[in-house]
Amino acid sequence: MAAVTSPNQNLKTSLKYLLLILVALVFVFPIVFMVVSSFKPDAQLLRDTSSFNAFLPVGDVSLDNYFAAFERAPVGLFVFNSILVTAITVIGSLFLCSMAAFAFAFLEFRGKSIVLSIIIATLIVPFETIAVPMLMVVNALPWLGSDGITWGWLNTYHVQIVPFLADALTIFLFVQFFRDLPKELIEAARLDGASWFQVYSLVIVPISGPVFATAAILKFLAMYNQYLWPLMVTQSEQYRPVMVGLQYFFQLNTAWGEVMAYLSMITLPVLAFYLFLQRAFITSIASTGIKG
Amino acid sequence: MRPTRTKSLQSHSLAGWLMSGPALALVTLFLIVPFLLAFWFSFTNQRLISPNPTQFVGTSNFEQLLGVGALVLEPERTEDGSLIVSETGELSYPRVREFTRNNPDYPQLEGMREWFGWSWGESKVLVLARDLVFMKALTNTLFFVAVVAPLQSGIALLLALMINQKLRGINVFRTVYFMPVVVSIVVVSLLWRFIYDGRSGLLNNLLQFLSFGQFQPIDWLGNPDTAMFAIIVMSIWQAVGFHMVIWLAGLQNIPLTLYEAADIEGATAWQKFRFVTWPGLRNTAVLILVVITMQAFALFAQIDVMTNGGPLDSTQTLVFQAVTRGYEQQNIAGGSAISVLLFLIVLAISLFQRYVTRER
Repeated sequence: MAAVTSPNQNLKTSLKYLLLILVALVFVFPIVFMVVSSFKPDAQLLRDTSSFNAFLPVGDVSLDNYFAAFERAPVGLFVFNSILVTAITVIGSLFLCSMAAFAFAFLEFRGKSIVLSIIIATLIVPFETIAVPMLMVVNALPWLGSDGITWGWLNTYHVQIVPFLADALTIFLFVQFFRDLPKELIEAARLDGASWFQVYSLVIVPISGPVFATAAILKFLAMYNQYLWPLMVTQSEQYRPVMVGLQYFFQLNTAWGEVMAYLSMITLPVLAFYLFLQRAFITSIASTGIKG
Repeated sequence: MRPTRTKSLQSHSLAGWLMSGPALALVTLFLIVPFLLAFWFSFTNQRLISPNPTQFVGTSNFEQLLGVGALVLEPERTEDGSLIVSETGELSYPRVREFTRNNPDYPQLEGMREWFGWSWGESKVLVLARDLVFMKALTNTLFFVAVVAPLQSGIALLLALMINQKLRGINVFRTVYFMPVVVSIVVVSLLWRFIYDGRSGLLNNLLQFLSFGQFQPIDWLGNPDTAMFAIIVMSIWQAVGFHMVIWLAGLQNIPLTLYEAADIEGATAWQKFRFVTWPGLRNTAVLILVVITMQAFALFAQIDVMTNGGPLDSTQTLVFQAVTRGYEQQNIAGGSAISVLLFLIVLAISLFQRYVTRER
């Protein structure tokens, strides 16, 4: 049916767009304000909040806040730490959780269903409530490093990585996806003499791109944005990630321009990543919900 | 030998345990052990560093947290029995601390503080709590969940309906509405501290502009009446895109033929929503409510960055108190007891939800 555009319909469409745009402004303005403010000196930044200039890069615009932020804190180190910890954790957890989920989805073994129910039950435990007991656990664990066995994991990279290599949500996502794959694929490969690990790595992994993307994106967001745990376990500057680095910007007189510069620096890469891969991000989140 | 029902090539215990083993070991060590430790600590007097050995103290941590009492205060009278009325016409009552401090007649009220109260005729009824901060954290958390769960799901559904229209460039709006989800809640909280600022805050300036200067600026986070609402609005702003996308997936799962049938029947837009869309979203609705409820119970970072529980404990929450006591005050037993109570509440809610949505 060909659409007949009457003036009435045009008006309706315009109103729809107006509403969509107004809502979009609500979501965009705070972020625009953050980025724009990062280029302004403090006095102007505060003055501009009383007018629409708060959202416009006008006046005395410069990169001074960025230079000052780099002087105040080792921003490069924090970003490096965050990227290192996030990357290793994402890759490690994709491997460990997908392999475990493979076993849960395709293999029959004694105790499987009870173990799986326990894992899924842990989904309702908020991390913050077990953070302190977990601190005591990592403080009592040994680690075999370049200088032999050391006790206690505080102030290291691995204390930020190892506890998050396996989590209930990631395992659950993989199990859900694997359960819908055709069993015949696996049986055929087994009859050809493939080991279970070969079935996993050569048959299942190559056809599971979507769930790997979903799990990677969710884990990436969770890890990069982590706050309480790194705050508790990194007393030494050397291992601190970006969110803990924020503390450097809150002294007696908060330099808001520098804060905004730092916030922009740690947020814009993630936003760029998101905008670049927005379709993957959104289908990922959507896919977590479809089966329920 | 019992007959094997599953195909023999699928029962491989060794392979199963080997492949799931590493993940299971990690989940056990870093999720289940800390969880069990929290349970154990909640029945002890464990502190982070203490010269005295840890002792089992039974349920006293819980009694300390949950202890409440009631007190009825009679107005004071003169010796001949007439009421004492102040110059402003108000009745005078005995002080609460006369009952809660070293009063041998009221041992059960020892150490309690006034929580809330109301007038009952000439008398005043007071509810006292042993741990006032915990009680505020509990009620604030329940309030936050009760407001955020329906409000955020509702707004997310409205947004999903808006971006489910067939309009040119609609994906741009979808991308924008989802954007705050990828920004760290810590960053968002800091940014909104600026928006809510009492003097140069963007929100006050916006409201003044819209009201032609009539609006009196409010220190949104510094005022006990507005602080929790300010945090609610910001939390919804940050997370609503996530649930919008889940609603959208649910909407797009509804077969188009149902809408075509409704068109043929001449249904209005509202009737289509009421009789086609909404029934098709039932599972999605349950999922979203559960997810938001769980996330809302875990409210922590916003409080830590924006208010530290203040002003006047108006934004204390259970998780914030659990962390403050367990970590900052090194009172691991007290923090763990709060964590355990939170587990029990969340568990009760998820069991209730399973009961309500069970297959009939």
